[in-house]
Amino acid sequence: MMLSNIGMTHFLCLSAVLFTLGVFGIFLNRRNVIIILMSIELMLLAVQINFVTFSARLHDLTGQVFAMFVLTVAAAEAAIGLAILVCFFRNKDSIAVEDISTLKG
Amino acid sequence: MTAFDFHDMIVALPEVKLAAMSLALLLLAVVSKKENYRLVAWLAVAVLAVTGALVACGTHGTAFGDMFVSDAFSTYMKLVVVTGSAASLIMATRYLEHEKASRIEYPVLILFATLGMMLMISANSLISLYMGLELQSLPLYVLAAIRRDSVRSTEAGLKYFVLGALSSGLFLYGASLVYGFTGSVDFTQMAGILQGHASTLPGIVTGMVLVLAALAFKISAVPFHMWAPDVYEGAPTPVTAFFAIAPKVAAIALLTRVLTGPFWGMMQEWQQVIVVISMASMLLGGVAAVAQTNIKRLLAYSSIGHMGYALVGLAAASAAGVQAVIVYMTIYAVMSAGAFAVVLMMKKDGRMVEDISDLAGLGKAQPLLAFAMSVLMFSMAGIPPLAGFFGKLFVFQAAVAEGLYTLALVGVLTSVVAAFYYIRIVKVMYFDEPKKAGFDATEDRGLKFVLALSTFAVMFFIVMPAPVLASAHAAALALIP
Repeated sequence: MMLSNIGMTHFLCLSAVLFTLGVFGIFLNRRNVIIILMSIELMLLAVQINFVTFSARLHDLTGQVFAMFVLTVAAAEAAIGLAILVCFFRNKDSIAVEDISTLKG
Repeated sequence: MTAFDFHDMIVALPEVKLAAMSLALLLLAVVSKKENYRLVAWLAVAVLAVTGALVACGTHGTAFGDMFVSDAFSTYMKLVVVTGSAASLIMATRYLEHEKASRIEYPVLILFATLGMMLMISANSLISLYMGLELQSLPLYVLAAIRRDSVRSTEAGLKYFVLGALSSGLFLYGASLVYGFTGSVDFTQMAGILQGHASTLPGIVTGMVLVLAALAFKISAVPFHMWAPDVYEGAPTPVTAFFAIAPKVAAIALLTRVLTGPFWGMMQEWQQVIVVISMASMLLGGVAAVAQTNIKRLLAYSSIGHMGYALVGLAAASAAGVQAVIVYMTIYAVMSAGAFAVVLMMKKDGRMVEDISDLAGLGKAQPLLAFAMSVLMFSMAGIPPLAGFFGKLFVFQAAVAEGLYTLALVGVLTSVVAAFYYIRIVKVMYFDEPKKAGFDATEDRGLKFVLALSTFAVMFFIVMPAPVLASAHAAALALIP
């Protein structure tokens, strides 16, 4: 099978790359808050690849259970994030990252 | 292991009751025809009182397949958290009504956040830790943005959400690495595995540092502090008070449990990290607060500094150090409650004010209020014989006993710098000429009650420190025998 050439390292590298993309998506993005929300999802999904990979490797179900929990919480988190974003948009009429600057930090 | 174990329910009784009662309260708030905010708020305080009583006479042990632990440490920290939440609810009630922001969601969200904090404190596996952490964080994001019509409040909520979600991501990535390399998420098993040479594997060290970074974010320690001043300033003041009191205590408790439990075998590695973030927090808390004009922003930097001092005790990595952390956090919670009660009383001609210069002339106009604020500020600065002094004394003693002389020295020096801005507030109150007359006299008995209680506790800690010290000692021994 083709798949036999793909080992744990490949999966871990994939998840590390996706996670890093997610982190950089948050910090380097200067345009849109929606992109930040997408980056957060990307980070969480990268973590789930990690959990499932380790779970398969260790022959232990805990990692997959953890991934299910993360999936559930990520959904709730996205809902709350979008709700806050909608409130912010109603007040400011913009979701550009550079407009989040009323409070100087 | 049976599917449903009655013993589990007994051990986790306070949490189970709190969850059930919060849901019942939410139901009541939704189905009642008229929005009866005051009833819901006082019922929420009653729920917290019942929870506190259940915690105080609760059973110790583990539950739910070792995912949940109840010991002397969790009992003590939960009592501090529940009391802090109740105090912040009492302080908030009248203020929110006056500001036309009295939404029934507010008390319910506070209850859910408190439940999350209690689960964090009792977490005994990475999964229950994560679930508790998120159950605490999600209501906090909403609370920061609870004034939906205010740009500042929604912006604070958005900032807190984005950075909070980032820290959750870091925590999860770290947790996945730790799980992958130890093969377990259970704290007790992890502690056994990490006791040997396994603790130096780069994968585990990376995972541990990521978990540590995420938890440092939750307590707003430098370099993960950048959200704190903005969120403190933007969120409505009662929410800020809540942020400053309960979640900080819970997050420090969690950090202490994680470092002295599963990661105890990696003490060499995490001690360096804690020393660095503790020093950086103390320095930034001391220096950056000097230039602030907004009192909420100042208290944000002050709390960053306080977290640095609490971490000094943790860096000592000894039973005395943990005891010092517990005592410091108790005193910190009491002082913050008092300081925010004063901020909530800063009202001129019916409008809330937040500038430090607005305090000018308070010494003449309202001597009692000015006196209470002075006591709290002197205590935060660490001037004997007030409680804050003993908090600092214990953490520095613990650090010196373990040979961390540089850390203790930096701590003492930065607390001298920090004393400058605390005493500046006292100076403004007593010696600056007021631009306008003093504040409107407050009718809010809840606010006065919290302020009086915390001022007395701070002043008379020296007379009767034994109960706090003894319970903190027992709590520390539960973690480091």
